[in-house]
Amino acid sequence: MDFVLYGLTAFVILGSIAALEMKSLLSAVIAVGVVGLGLSIVFLLLAAPDIAITQVVVEVIVVTVLIRAASRVPAETPSLRAGPARTFAGAGLALVAVGLLVAAFQTLPAFGSQRFAPALWYLEQAPDLTGAANVVTAVLLDFRAYDTLGEATVILTAVVGALAILRRPSSRKEESHV
Amino acid sequence: MSDQQGMSLIVRVVTRWLFGLILVFGLAVALFGHLTPGGGFAGGTIVACAFVLAILAFGGARGPGATFARWASSLDATGALAFLALAILGYTAGAFLHQWAGKGEAFTLGSTPSIVLLNLAILLKVGAGLFAGFIAVALFEQTAESGKGADA
Repeated sequence: MDFVLYGLTAFVILGSIAALEMKSLLSAVIAVGVVGLGLSIVFLLLAAPDIAITQVVVEVIVVTVLIRAASRVPAETPSLRAGPARTFAGAGLALVAVGLLVAAFQTLPAFGSQRFAPALWYLEQAPDLTGAANVVTAVLLDFRAYDTLGEATVILTAVVGALAILRRPSSRKEESHV
Repeated sequence: MSDQQGMSLIVRVVTRWLFGLILVFGLAVALFGHLTPGGGFAGGTIVACAFVLAILAFGGARGPGATFARWASSLDATGALAFLALAILGYTAGAFLHQWAGKGEAFTLGSTPSIVLLNLAILLKVGAGLFAGFIAVALFEQTAESGKGADA
């Protein structure tokens, strides 16, 4: 189980690097799709089917839109390669960050252990208190519903903003009185 | 591949078969989100996927798509307002976002009506929002393309 997880994580990391390094935009988008798929399997193995479903579905729609966009851009995009000095500095910083992260993770409780009292309380009480057998939904739409309201507002704002920016310029001429 | 023509006959026939099934699946994921994995967000994205598939297969992002986009952005706002209205209805039970509709028998669709309605509001909001975003991007590309040639 652990080895599958490590393998998938390595796969996802390799896919992300590939997405950054690919010359062709379309290949990079496909690499992003592979990353999303691997990530959703990771979520599934970690017993989080809710997140896995959302991850895979959002990935499908995002990759579709991106492939559509990428197929219209010239295949070869100018690469943004850094010089050797910058690459070296970047690699050094990344190593330091990984070291700090590993040190930080040492202080966390063991992987999968239920040491957090609130989590246990929610697991035990949520079905009775809310009537929702799926505890994730119970938390999302009952205990933490304010957060979901904020989330919905963020999506609405994003969509309205996208529509305002991407609006056809010619429609202004046609509907100048609107 | 022109957007007005859509894709090949095979894709179009399969899309015609699958469109309804995807819609029902998305609706089910949202409707039973309080019992099984899933919820309004995942269900809404699946519903948006169905419409994106239809637009990609049959083309017409410009003609019908532009009309859909106007509808979709209204539906998007309707979903958000529905969520807010359901949240305010919570005041009838005491507080903002409280469960105002009571609780039914456990493990049934009616076990928690208010959460089901909230899930459906999110379905509307996410489904319409994502579809509107997709159409906006598609229209933008076409405008950018036609702008290179004659002023369409």
